[in-house]
Amino acid sequence: MSTTTEAPQVKETTKTVDFKTIIDIKDMDLYYGTYHALKKVNLTIPEKAVTAFIGPSGCGKSTLLRTLNRMNDMIPNTRIEGLVDIAGTDIYSNEVDVETLRKKVGMVFQQANPFPKSIYDNVAYGPRLHGIKNKAQLDEIVEQSLKQAALWNEVKDFLKRSAFSLSGGQQQRLCIARALAVNPEILLMDEATSALDPISTLKIEELTQELKNKYTIVMVTHNMHQAARISDQTVFFLNGEVVEFDQTDKLFSNPSDKRTEDYITGRFG
Amino acid sequence: MNQQPPKSSARLDLTKGKTSIADKIMPVLLFLCASVSVLTTIGIVYTLLSETISFFRIVPIQEFFGSLKWSPLINPKSFGIWPLLSGTMLITIIAIIVAVPIGLASAIYLSEYASRRVRKIVKPILEVLAGVPTIVYGYFALTFITPIVRSIFPDTGVFNALSAGIVVGIMIIPMISSLSEDAMSAVPDSLRNGAYALGATRFEVATKIVVPAALSGIIASFVLAFSRAIGETMIVTVAAGSTPNLTANPLESIQTMTAYIVQVSMGDIPHGSVEYGTIFAVGMTLFVITLVLNMLAQYVSKRFREEY
Repeated sequence: MSTTTEAPQVKETTKTVDFKTIIDIKDMDLYYGTYHALKKVNLTIPEKAVTAFIGPSGCGKSTLLRTLNRMNDMIPNTRIEGLVDIAGTDIYSNEVDVETLRKKVGMVFQQANPFPKSIYDNVAYGPRLHGIKNKAQLDEIVEQSLKQAALWNEVKDFLKRSAFSLSGGQQQRLCIARALAVNPEILLMDEATSALDPISTLKIEELTQELKNKYTIVMVTHNMHQAARISDQTVFFLNGEVVEFDQTDKLFSNPSDKRTEDYITGRFG
Repeated sequence: MNQQPPKSSARLDLTKGKTSIADKIMPVLLFLCASVSVLTTIGIVYTLLSETISFFRIVPIQEFFGSLKWSPLINPKSFGIWPLLSGTMLITIIAIIVAVPIGLASAIYLSEYASRRVRKIVKPILEVLAGVPTIVYGYFALTFITPIVRSIFPDTGVFNALSAGIVVGIMIIPMISSLSEDAMSAVPDSLRNGAYALGATRFEVATKIVVPAALSGIIASFVLAFSRAIGETMIVTVAAGSTPNLTANPLESIQTMTAYIVQVSMGDIPHGSVEYGTIFAVGMTLFVITLVLNMLAQYVSKRFREEY
């Protein structure tokens, strides 16, 4: 976990695995009013792998993450040009149903945001929203989701307790379980560990390694070392541009852009 | 031997400062101001209680709650509270039926749908509605709502519970919408985003996340509005009539407890008489009802509180 060299240590696995592309972004520009927040982004994201977005604050990495489930729609005066293709569909085309998109592209936020309900009801919230009423089926989904989020053993005896009785790290895993309960293809994590202690962070990092067998994970992280530890592909952002994206080991050991090198060796940011 | 270092020759004069008589008087003065409202409450309860007790020395309490007829001013005299109570309840129920759906819907619109610009314009307008003198509402009921009601139900009297109830409802809408909107706006956006990210629609977020999370505040707004409706005086005095009437028919003329108190206070009933004592007994009943309602509100809002 610890890093003493200049550039973060990169994990040794998955070096030469071939991934299929699931997200394909072409010439995408995003404006908040007159502010040009993302500039000509071209990026592909591999399926069933962990992709990490890194870069200094305000570089646009969270903005890009939120374009993937159209959470930016909520911000007034947002304008998007170019193509964001997920699994063959242009998600900004008129035929796309945003609610269905968000069901397929789940999201976990920086601050754990469980609903003021019981642990069970938090996980069951999404399935219920999408029409599942059968108690046995809900029970099954809740158990499976909590197991996938590595929380089941800690909470199985008090599912009726308020979600707020959990610790911060448990709450965040509950939010992951809640996102998994609607059976997404892609899981977006927006600095999901930045408010957590190191042990909770480690748990969630381990969890991502489990989850990537089944889901595509795209994460924003402030922590370069975290990107190096757990991601397969890393994308480096600067001032609203994607400077470079590559397999994580390649990007950290042999970046092709000088700015990337300066950032990962700690010269700025 | 441990030798002490020599003492510093510096001297601080700490005896003089700003502490003055003002500092001693202010707390007393502020306490007196704070006491005014407490003492007023105690005074009101004392007056109500002592007059009510002397009233019940003459009129047995069994008659007050047992008789179904209220005619304290005309012989044969009868002192049954139920006709007045039913009048108040009828008005309140009609008002609630009008105000709760409209008030809550406005609150949801303002909090979850309206743009910031619309909210900034609409909310103050709604609150102006709360500032209209109730006597104006009373004449609005009598001269605008009553003709409409009578064109639909021709048998309706000029004075009827329905018009008054509807207008009392309109009067309390801003109370419900404004307080509920405050409670809903206080629900953090992170909860909304969590639900949106699961594929919830705006309406689902409003009804399944925001309203439950703000429920304690919403219920508190309901109960405050109910108390206001129960205590409302001018509208019912002007538009609902002055006929103590044990009925559930909203098209009939009725009299509420408050309207009765107005009628007696305005008339030439001699102080100290039994007839005069009735207004304290009725007032006490009103006071107890609103007190119970407020305590209920406290209990319910605690019971339903969703922490966030």
